[in-house]
Parts: sequence; structure tokens; C-alpha cells
Amino acid sequence: MAVEPVLRMKGISKSYYGTKVLDNINLTLMPGEVHGIVGENGAGKSTLMNILFGMSVIHSTGGFEGSIEIDGQPVEIRSPLQAMSLGIGMVHQEFMLLPSYSVAENIKLNREVLRPTLASRIFGPRLQSLDYSRMYADARKALQRLNIGIDEYATIAGLPVGYMQFTEIARELDKEHLRILVFDEPTAVLAESEAEHLLRAIKEIAASGIAVLFITHRLSEIMEVCDNITVLRDGRQVVTKARKDTNVIELAELMVGRSMDFRAHKRKESHNSRPILEIRGLSVDMPGERVRRVDLTVYEGEILGIGGLAGQGKIGIANGIMGLYPAAGEVRVAGTLLELNNPKAAIAAGLAFMSEDRRGVGLLLDSSIELNIASGAMFGTGRFVKTWGPFSQVDQEAVRANAEKYISELDIRCTGPQQAVRQLSGGNQQKVCIARALTMNPKILLVSEPTRGIDVGAKQLVLDTLRRLNDELGMTIVVTSSELAELRSICTRIAIVTDGRVAGILRPDDPDAKFGLLMAGQPISKGA
Amino acid sequence: MKAKGILKDMDLARLIIAAFFVLLCVAAIALKLNAAELITSSLTRMGMWGVLVLAMLPAILAGTGPNFGVSLGIVCGLLGGLLALELAYRLEGAVYFSPWALFLTAMIFSLPFALLMGIGYGWILNRVKGSEMMIATYVGFSIVSIMKLAWVFLPFKSPEMAWPIGRGVRVQIALENRGLAQLLNNFLAFRIGAVTIPTGLLLTVALALFLMWLFLRSRTGMALAAAGSNPRFAEACGINVDRQRIVGTVLSTVLGAWGILIYSQSYGFLQLYEGPMFMPFVAVAAILIGGASVKKATIAHVVIGTVLFLGIQVVAVPVANAFTAEWSSMGEISRKIIQNGVILYALTQAGGE
Amino acid sequence: MESRALTISEGLKEKSFSSVRSFLVRNMVTIMFLVLSAAGYKLSGMTPFLFLMDIVARISRNAFLVLALIIPVMAGMGLNFSIVLGAMAAQAIVIFVTHWGVSGLPGILLSMVLVTPLAVILGYLTGNLFNRTKGQEMIAGLILGYFAQGVYELIFLQLVGGIIPMKNPAIIMSSGVGVRTTIDLTNGLKYGLDWPGSYWGNDLLLRPTLPWTIIGMACALAVGILAYQLRAEQRKRLSAPKLVLAGAALAAACWWSARQVQMGSQINWIRVPLLTWMVIAAACVGLHYFSRTKLGQDMRSVGQDRHVAAVAGIDVDRVRRIAIILSMVMAAWGHIIFLQNIGTFSTYGSHEQVGLYSAAALLIGGATVAKATIGQALLGTVLFHTLFIVAPAAGRQLFGDAQIGEYFRVFVAYGIIGVTLAMHAWKQILQRRSLS
Repeated sequence: MAVEPVLRMKGISKSYYGTKVLDNINLTLMPGEVHGIVGENGAGKSTLMNILFGMSVIHSTGGFEGSIEIDGQPVEIRSPLQAMSLGIGMVHQEFMLLPSYSVAENIKLNREVLRPTLASRIFGPRLQSLDYSRMYADARKALQRLNIGIDEYATIAGLPVGYMQFTEIARELDKEHLRILVFDEPTAVLAESEAEHLLRAIKEIAASGIAVLFITHRLSEIMEVCDNITVLRDGRQVVTKARKDTNVIELAELMVGRSMDFRAHKRKESHNSRPILEIRGLSVDMPGERVRRVDLTVYEGEILGIGGLAGQGKIGIANGIMGLYPAAGEVRVAGTLLELNNPKAAIAAGLAFMSEDRRGVGLLLDSSIELNIASGAMFGTGRFVKTWGPFSQVDQEAVRANAEKYISELDIRCTGPQQAVRQLSGGNQQKVCIARALTMNPKILLVSEPTRGIDVGAKQLVLDTLRRLNDELGMTIVVTSSELAELRSICTRIAIVTDGRVAGILRPDDPDAKFGLLMAGQPISKGA
Repeated sequence: MKAKGILKDMDLARLIIAAFFVLLCVAAIALKLNAAELITSSLTRMGMWGVLVLAMLPAILAGTGPNFGVSLGIVCGLLGGLLALELAYRLEGAVYFSPWALFLTAMIFSLPFALLMGIGYGWILNRVKGSEMMIATYVGFSIVSIMKLAWVFLPFKSPEMAWPIGRGVRVQIALENRGLAQLLNNFLAFRIGAVTIPTGLLLTVALALFLMWLFLRSRTGMALAAAGSNPRFAEACGINVDRQRIVGTVLSTVLGAWGILIYSQSYGFLQLYEGPMFMPFVAVAAILIGGASVKKATIAHVVIGTVLFLGIQVVAVPVANAFTAEWSSMGEISRKIIQNGVILYALTQAGGE
Repeated sequence: MESRALTISEGLKEKSFSSVRSFLVRNMVTIMFLVLSAAGYKLSGMTPFLFLMDIVARISRNAFLVLALIIPVMAGMGLNFSIVLGAMAAQAIVIFVTHWGVSGLPGILLSMVLVTPLAVILGYLTGNLFNRTKGQEMIAGLILGYFAQGVYELIFLQLVGGIIPMKNPAIIMSSGVGVRTTIDLTNGLKYGLDWPGSYWGNDLLLRPTLPWTIIGMACALAVGILAYQLRAEQRKRLSAPKLVLAGAALAAACWWSARQVQMGSQINWIRVPLLTWMVIAAACVGLHYFSRTKLGQDMRSVGQDRHVAAVAGIDVDRVRRIAIILSMVMAAWGHIIFLQNIGTFSTYGSHEQVGLYSAAALLIGGATVAKATIGQALLGTVLFHTLFIVAPAAGRQLFGDAQIGEYFRVFVAYGIIGVTLAMHAWKQILQRRSLS
């Protein structure tokens, strides 16, 4: 008897404000199948799941193209509640748990078992009372399916992370009509033994007839549990293969791919330069980008790239050095020890930083271009200020002149140095950030996600500017980026950060597979 | 360009209030009320409150929201005033304090209190980021409440201050005897027709505004504004955001202290006990009416808001009275409604979390 | 007590010691207040008779209002200072009902019926306001209260009597416009709930003396606890030490009451308004069962984390609005209870301190901005009003000035709220940091 696929996603495409993030994705899921989805950051995995789960962020930005079918019937999923009623469950990356409730209450959240009361007969169903004994019984059943020894009466607040994860899963399993369960990077927060337990649980869940969509970047896990695997890259579906037809190395290669959008540039390797930035045992507590112990040496005059998947820690390195997040370890700038957790000290030591969060950290949106450009130097090193004893006044002419210099040099499109930065395009805003960094006359420039949120035309300009700075001024640049292609186009060397550590340092022209493996947390074997 | 910018800031709520003010003025003229008297009163009232409203500015700029707890600074100012008067009394015969000397002494005496309290208050605000307005309100209420006890127990002996029988200081302390009443107002005052311009008072406010303007162009001032506008940006530039917030709070407290001295000299009395309790709300409403939000404010907002809000307060009373005697309380009621309505409106505009 | 714990075996010793310590820390405020009140009582030199009479009256008229604050705390909106609006609605209705001459228990019932739709509307509007000021609900409520006062004054000081016609020299000022500053409810709604005797007959049954009330309550509580122990499941039962403590307390109360009866002391003259206390008890029971309903659970869910609740499909805005509506209606009824007990009320001042005193009472009982229980509300009412009663007398004894005591008690109210708000805000920030 032919079994109907439980889920069919046909021709799914999605654009955010003109930028296409998903392009013609087709996915078919059979009941009981475990389907893995792999890809780099920005490959479109989260967007695809947001579409499936009816998240408002999709509908408020223009919806999507394509169709979704459940059990052969076309459906329109407009809200998470609707997705749930169609039998789709999702175990999110950030836990959707209420800390002072018990495990059972969380499992039954907004689906509590009710009993009619006198009041409910008069005033309506919302005054029915909770049938606690049945709730605890149901919770017990769900937990048993996972084979986990959690006490359903326990309060969430004190539980270890792994148990919280399992409570999330139990909540989905408790839903009677559950047909499809999506796991979004579930092992990211788990210890190894907990991860093992989870993988076993996934196999059992699938065996009970529920289809599983498993999103992860850990290729070994994919190979362990998945029946079929889809690789996404830059919003496109590269391939969908059965597990038996592929291996880790091939997957790694397909994930990374080779995008010829950027002109590869032969970088001169300078063997004789001295180290200008030495990082030893750096740990940074940046939520979502934790750095565990990173050792890295940056040589004078080079462009070092730091790459890796989202959430693996690459963003945390520069942020930690600049003192924006709590950091520990040893960092030396040109031999001198740098005081950590102190942005002012970092600036004084000659480091300039362009944050990945351009609008949040990188700019004073409602202030003028000239003020934005001058800020780093003004507050970090006291430039642009005339002082008389304890009193000071900002030197407006110097600020203006400096702004005008960079507006022309970097070709910042604006109505003038007094225009509010909020009104500029992403590319021009980025140039303002570059101007601010340069105004500080840094020895080393740390740039995070230089082309994020910038349209294609402007991306090349930004990269060219960085390259020029290195060529003409000999400035040492450390570029952190999730776009491997752009790192490969301008960097001398590229360090890949996985699980908060440097997995390896590669050259731009090293084979794709090596990049893929390092990012996936696999060691590079001799064969690759 | 400045004018257009100001007009842009004025959204519906403020246009309504501005229109209301114009309406009141027109009504005043139509009802043949004493225009000269009204103008004099208006100028005086605006001058009285000017510095207190200005006290809101550094707090908003630094990111701690409108300073609902400026009653803390007010209390410091009152203390300074009382100490100055007490000193003048104790040294009577030996040293003569001219009214100006007395006023300056009060300002100097209030300074250390304002600095210390401001630092402590700022420290608290740094630990309750996101709930500053509520905490500020209750810090203010608590301080005024505990000062009620302090006024009873502090050993002031000066006859104009202490009750002749029993303990404690009077509820209101007259400033006339020492020549302090309207000291600033009368300085260089002149008449245009029947209107008396309280020049000294207005000059003082103008001076305060000018000094604030200078401060905002200094390195600290710009750092303060950056810290309040985008704390993460400021940190990345090497600014110590927590420190700047304390600077803003201290400035606000000091302005509150000196502001109440300016207010009191014009009023002619130092008002203790319940007096300072609800004054912060007037100042907050004023700056909001001027176009500020709980996150953004400029010197122009201070000026416009003071003019509008206090102008309405002055003109509304005689206009309401002229309509019918029973509407004698309309002035006060309309103030309550406008004042709190504006603050509510600003809270909803803050966009929640 | 601590030294005894230390002599028991190692493991138990550590546990008892730390649990006693953590108990003390957690309930610091309440314990401080117990001490303060006890000291104040001693210093005031009041006789037990005067004190008990006053406290019984205060509990009767204030407990309901404090209970009204519980639901918004549950729903994550903190201290609902906007109950002032409910109080003002109650006053408005009371003015009209008095004007129409309906008195006694029927008057009270009419007032409660009439004020309900008004309170619902006000609650709805306030709920909308709170939904637009998420994260700043408390200050919004506070300012809303002041704003509403202005509107209230506009209506009752300037419009009623004139534009809104009302000819009644007992209510309207001699000028013909504006409600008088004080209204006397004697022969009107006064004691409508407390003394329904004139309508029902047996006065002694409806207003029992204090000792008999205590005995009755103690018996009822004992029966209740017994029933609970038998019905509840193993894990939820009260532990032995707690049972012993409760039993001892109840027995002591009964013994003391019996002695008063036997001695024929003045205490026997104190009457308890049973009907009012039963209304309060009904509210407690109602709140208890409400928190176990779906709606109550939704409110608690929303109160903990709006985002998680929303993703789970709960209509967050609606739940919050309902919470405020319920609170507003309870506040309106509570204020009617307050007014009928106090008898003469100040038209423009009575409602002002409703928010402040109720919130302070709740917090003194041990509640926080995030969590409030019925027990805390009741305990807090007793403690707060104890302080209220003894402070002026203590002030007079210590300093010769009752005013000092009054200043002190108001400072305590403000101070306790200020400190609690600060602690809560601080804890929230620390929690957020540790979660990430």
C-alpha cells in the first residue's frame, strides 16, 4: 500500500525586503522518516522552519511563495497555533518554558486538562478548573516515551539544561495529533551523554510514526539518525540524498560550495612579519557566541579571516577583545598585555572595532554622520575636544572637517555631514562605521560581518575598501564573517571557529571539503 | 530650520495643548481680563519653574528617564536654605548676611547634599535599569516622607523657622524678613506699560539654560548623551555608561536643589513637609509638553514646555473664574488633567518593552 | 530553636539550620513588621480593648481592597495602582445611591450592582492602557490614578449640581454646584453590610462578639485543615511540625477567647461584622478557586513570560485586560465596603490613599511584585493596620506628638513599596543575566 507523504513543501521561496533568502525549496517527508537539514548560516534553514510553523515574522514581511501539503491536502499555515492544530510541533532553540511551573504544567501549557465547574457553567469555559491528576498522568506518559527519568512535579527553574530540553520535547509529544516534529539545533546546549540520549529518543519517536525534521550542523549526528538529508546553501536546495548514498565529507563540501561571486584575490603571504596580536586561552561569555579557549596569532599587515557557523563563537572573539562582553585570557597587542573587559583600554592600545550589530552597537542612529564618525576618537582617545582645565568644548569645526574628509574618501552618499545616519542606506552606514574606525588611527582593525544587510552592489565596495586599507596603509585587519566566500576573497588566512575553539586555520584556496569539515566539527583526516 | 524641527516634534497631543493655550489667551482678552497682570504672572511663574524643568533634561539624556525623584534634589535645596537662614540667625550681630549673600550661601550649602544624594540615587538607578521611572517616583515619595520626620526633629532655632512652642520647623518659612523674597525677580526689573518683567529671574533661568548648553557641548555632556541614546554604542566607544548615568542624576539633583531655591525666592516662602511631594510631576509634564519623550529631550523642549504648561496654569484660573464663580477650581483641575494626561501619553509612546 | 536543631544528626542539622535561615531571609519584611508592630503596641500604651476594636474595624473595611491587588500581580502587571479608579467609581455610585435615599443592606447591594458595569468599563480601558505600556504598568497605573482624580474632580466639583443636575443640600454644596467635601452616610449606607441587623433580626448572630468569633473561626479552620489533610495527596500534605504549630496557635486563640468570655472583660463588647467577614471569606475562596481555573492558569503563564505564553497560543493582551477588569471590580466593591464602615467619607480625599495603603499592606504580608497569595494579603492587612493604629499613640508616648507617629506610618508605607520595587527590579536584571 502506497503511503501518502505526511508533508510536502513545494516550490517554497521567500524574500525579505528584496533579498531572496529561499529559492524554490522542495521537501517531501514520509511518516516515520527522519530528515536532516544542513547548511551554513543564512542558508535558509530557520526561514524554512518559520514558514512551516506559521511564525508572524513571515507573514508581516510579505508571506512566501509555494505551497504546503499535509497528508496530500494543501494547507495555509498562518500562526503557530494553527501549525500545532495541523500536527506540526517544534522544539525551538531557545526554550519556551515557564520557570516557576512544574514540568507537567509546562508540558500542558495552554492545553491543560479541564473539568467543568459551577462557575464555568455560568460564565463560560475559561472558568473550568484544572484536572491536576490527569495532567500529571499525561505528562508522565510523555516523559516515558523519551525514557527519561524526570520528575513531572519538579519545577523547571532548578533543572539542568538537558532536562529542560526534554521537557520541551515531551510537550510536543504530548500533543495528540503530532505528525511532524521539528528539531532546531537541539544538541547545541546538550552535554555529550544528553545528546546521545536525544538521538536515541529521536529514533524512537520516528519509529512511532512521527516524521522528524532535524536541523543541525553536526554532520556526525546527521549521519547517525537521518534517513534522508537536504543540503541548503544560500537559500537554494543543493541536494537531497539518502544517508546511505553520502558521507560526511561530501556533505561538508556541498554545504560550503564554491560561489564565484567574489573575485578571488591572490594575497601575498608575508612570512617575515611579527605578530601584532597574540591571543592565548581567550574565553568570552557572549550569549549565543560563547568562546571557550581560543589561541590565535595575527601577523602585522595580514588580513586574517575568522569564519564558522552561527553560534559557534567566532563573533565572540572580537567582541571579547574589545571588552564588550566579559572575557578572560591573555591578549597581547604588539607585545604589550592588553587589559580585558575595558573598551577604553582596547581603543587606547590601537584597536578599532566595527560591530556586527551595525544598527544596535555600531551607530547612533539619530545623530549626525559627523558625530558618529568622531565618536570613537572623541570618547576613546580625547580627540576633537578643546580643554581648559576641567572644562571642555567639542571642536565642531574639526569634527566637521574630519567627516567631510571621509565622506569624500569613502564616497559616502549623503546630503551632508549633518544628516542623521538613520537615513543612509546600509552600505553607506557601513562606510560611516569604517570612517569612525579609521578616525581612531588604529593599528589593528577588527571588523565583524562587514557586508551584513548591505545590498550586493555595495558589498563589493566595502570589501574593496578593506582591501585597499590593507594594501595602501598596511593596516592589519581581522575580518569575522559568516560568509565564507567573502573571507576567501580578501583574506590571507582563515581561522574556522567551532564550539568556541579554533578548529583549524586554512588558506583561501584550500578545498571546500576542509572548510566544511572544520565547520561541522569534524577533524580533517588525511584523505580530505 | 530650527522652527520647522520644533514643529515636527509637536505631534497631535502637543498641538492640542498649544491650541488650548492660545484659546485661553484669546478668551482672556475677550473677557477683558487684566492682560498686564496676566503677562507678569506668567513670566514670573515660568521663571520660577524654569530650572526645575531643566533638571529633567540631564536625566532623560543620560537614559534614566524623566526624573520623577527630583524631590530628592528639592529637599537638598530646602535643607541648604534652612541651613543658610539658621547660620544668619546664629551669627546675627556678628556677621551681616545681605540677601544676595544669603541666597548664595543657601546654594553652596545645598550643594554637598545634592552631590551625595545624587550619587547614591544614581547608584540605585543603575541597578534597576528598565524600571527607573517607578523607582524614582517612590524614592522621591519616601524621601519627602522621611523628611517630614526630619523637619520635626532637626534642631533649628531661628524664630522665623522654628515653632515658638513645641518642636520642629514651620510648614512654610517666610523669606521676606531677610530680604530674600523676590530677590531675583526684582533685580533689574523694569516695566513696559503695566507689565513688570522679572528680569533677574529670567536672566537666572537663561544663564542656567546657557550653562546647560555649554555642558552638552563638552566631552562629558556628549558622552552623557551618547550613553543615554545608545548605551551599547557608548560602551564600545570607551564610555562608562553607568558613570554617565550617575553624572546625569547628580546634575538633575543639583538643578533640583538650586531650582527650588529660585522657586522659593519668587514665591516668598520655603515650603516644607508635603510641599515637594508632587512637584516632580509638574516638571516632568512640562518637559514632555515641550516635545520631549521619556528617552529624548532638548533644551528647546524645556523652554517650550515651561512656557506652555505654566502659561496655561496661570491663565486658566482667571478665565475659569470669569465664566462662573463656581468654576473656581477649574484651573487646578485642568492642570491635573493636562499634567497627568501628558505623562500617560508619553508612557504609551515609549513603546512598551 | 536553632540550638536544638544543631544537636540533631549532621545531615539534618545542616538542613534545618539553613532552612531556618532561608526562611528568615525570605520573610524579612514580614518579620521586621511583626517586631515593629509589637514594639509599637508596647510603646503606645494602648489597652487591648481599644486596639482590638480598631483592628477589627480596619480589617473589615480594608481586607477586600488588598485582595483586589492579587490578580494583577498574578498576571505579571505588578502593583495595580489603578484600583484608585475602582474606588472613585464606587464613590460616584455611593453619592448617587445616597442621593436616591436607598439605605442599609439594599443600598449596599444596589451600589454593588450599579458599580459593576462602570468598573468593568474602567477596567477595560485601563487594561488597554497597560497593554500599551508593557513593562511600565505600575507607573502608568499610578499616573492614571492622578489623571482620573482630575476627571473625578471635574465631574463632581464642577459639573454635578450644575450641568449634571442634583438638588440635595445634604450632598451638594451651598453654592449649588459641586459635591460637598464630606458626605455623611449615617442613616444611609453606613454599616449597611456590617449591621444588617435591622433587616434580618438576630443581631447577636450577625454581629457576634470577638471571642466567640475567634472560637468559631478557629474551629472552622481546624475542620478545614483536617479535611485538607485527608483529601490532599501525600506530597501536598502539611508536615507534622507545621500541623503542630497550627494546632497550638488555634488552641491558644480558643483558650484566650474562652478566658475573655469567662472574665466578662471589655473584649466581649467588641462585635465582629460577620456578614462583611463572610464576604471577605467568599472573596478568598473565590480567588483560590479562580487560580486553579484555566483563566487563572493563563494569567499565571502570562505573568511569568509573555513571549512563551504567546507562542503557546495564549491571547496575552486579552488575559491581561481581564485581570485588570477583575481587579477593578473587586476594588470597587472593596471600596463600597470601606465606605459603609467608615460612615463619613471625604469626597475628594478618600480614594487617594487606596492604592498606596493596599499595596503597602500586600507587600508587608510578604508578597512581592511577582507573587502574591491570599494569606499574604490577609496577614499584611493585619500587620499594616496594626502599625497604623499604634504609630500615632506611640508617637505621643515617645515624643509627645502624635503627628510624628502619623508621619512615620506614611513613611513606612512609601518606603516599603520603594524598597520592594527596587529589589524586584534588581532581581529581574540578575535573573535575566543568569539565564542567558
